[in-house]
Amino acid sequence: MPILEGHGITKHFGGLAAVSNVDFHIDQGEIVGLIGPNGAGKTTLFNLISAALPLSSGEIRFKGQKLNGLKPHRICKMGISRTFQETKVFGNMPVLQNVLVGAFFGTPTRISGADAAREASQALEFVGLSAMSMTPVKDLTLVSQKRVEVARALATKPELLLLDELMAGLNPAEVSEAMELVTKIRDKGITILMVEHVMKAIMGICERVIVLHHGEKIAEGTCNEISCNKTVIDIYLGEETRAGS
Amino acid sequence: MGLFARHRKLLQVGSLALLLIFVATLPLYGKTFHINMVNLILMYVVLAVSWAMFSGSTGYMSLAPAASFGVGMYTMALLQYELPFPVIIVVGGLLSFMLALLTGLVTLRLKGMYFAIFTFGLIVFMARIVAYLESQIQHQRGQHIIQLDSSTIFYAMLGVVVVTVLVIYFIRRSRVGLAMQSIGGNEDAAEHMGINTTMVKVLTFAISSIFMGAAGVVMAPRLIYINADIAFSPVYSFMPIVMCIFGGMGQFHGPIIGAAVFGYLEKTLKSDLSTYFYLGFGIIMVAVILFLPNGIGGLIQMLQGKIGARLKLRKGGEAGQHANT
Repeated sequence: MPILEGHGITKHFGGLAAVSNVDFHIDQGEIVGLIGPNGAGKTTLFNLISAALPLSSGEIRFKGQKLNGLKPHRICKMGISRTFQETKVFGNMPVLQNVLVGAFFGTPTRISGADAAREASQALEFVGLSAMSMTPVKDLTLVSQKRVEVARALATKPELLLLDELMAGLNPAEVSEAMELVTKIRDKGITILMVEHVMKAIMGICERVIVLHHGEKIAEGTCNEISCNKTVIDIYLGEETRAGS
Repeated sequence: MGLFARHRKLLQVGSLALLLIFVATLPLYGKTFHINMVNLILMYVVLAVSWAMFSGSTGYMSLAPAASFGVGMYTMALLQYELPFPVIIVVGGLLSFMLALLTGLVTLRLKGMYFAIFTFGLIVFMARIVAYLESQIQHQRGQHIIQLDSSTIFYAMLGVVVVTVLVIYFIRRSRVGLAMQSIGGNEDAAEHMGINTTMVKVLTFAISSIFMGAAGVVMAPRLIYINADIAFSPVYSFMPIVMCIFGGMGQFHGPIIGAAVFGYLEKTLKSDLSTYFYLGFGIIMVAVILFLPNGIGGLIQMLQGKIGARLKLRKGGEAGQHANT
């Protein structure tokens, strides 16, 4: 059963259709990759799901419930959490406090201070940042800041996690670590939709891939299907990838 | 470190209690001049601490304190024969709350400069509308207020200060305080982490106005005569901001230090040497902004850190001021 489904999702910015008439679904427990050239509408689609932007038309359903018209804080409480392509952290706060924000406000029920603190330190441990819990986030590297965002999102107890370019700018060793982290999150029972340009990561951990181009869905399928798809190769992957993988 | 932190807490509470006792007994032996000066400082403490609570943490620069303050003053002027003084203080606070709630609902979607300019417009608007209504309905300009003796005003102001400081201290440490800080850190992220940012902003903006309005009510009888330009003077908006920048907004006591210093300067220099007041005022502000971006509060913290390091004691201040509860 799909945990998230979209029908005819469209977003116009003035005359430009950033996302047009996209249908998709994500099943419970999957890791789904969202790929496409720059400007294809991947982040816009994320913003529509998390309600950072209102839909122009179409509808999105989460566990059968319509999300149209809800504010981002409601979406978060329903169980959809996200990270950002351009990290959006609370720079002056210590790492732990960033994550505490998620633990305190992200769940639908009121949580006690002690519980929130426990949730937060668990989430930090999960992403491997326990040692830095008192460091102000602005003093961390971009890589670590992205991990703080993941921990913060996890602290809201999501059922669906949207990861926006978690691996951009990482070296190969860090990419492997990040892939491991994503798999670990899925193993906790959290469904994942990830935007990514690092094809190694997409091919390595995604069960299914959705390809966007100029705001339209041009392909969808397993990693193998996608890497052999003529249109996808022409537009995005290029010949190298086909030969390589 | 635990021992040091405990001693520190004791020291803080102790010195706070001493200060409170000193201030509270001042009318018994102080000269009128000094009583009035401390009274002015107390008024500025209310304005500065309330301003810092909302604008300091959310980053929304409000120029509305004068509007709340003026509403308080006019509440006193219009209700002075109808209700007892303490009740008017509460009513003034509530009216300011309502005004801020309305303003907040309309304007807190505005960001940065636009919010600041709108709130400045609110002061001008309030002043003109009140002056107009006054001339149309009462056919007069300004209001006379019966003078209350200075110790009554003093104790009323002290009461407002105590309530303000206590309430805001707890708000800052509560989860609402954490929400405000997150909004200041990154509003988009705050919203996506489940914080109803609009509600938090509107509500805290309105709550901060309660205290400003109450301070206006208490201050009105000291002035004996007010009109729209006096009650809604932009000075009541700018002074608290200046005090917060001077004292530093990182710590709770920053705005209080700022209020004390500038209240003192205003009372001593402005009465006969008003040019020197504004000259000194300007020089101090430029110096603080250039050399002490975190204000006097930040300087104190830095010095404490240095002394602490020299004593080979790790300072335990950092943990205390954040909302961990």
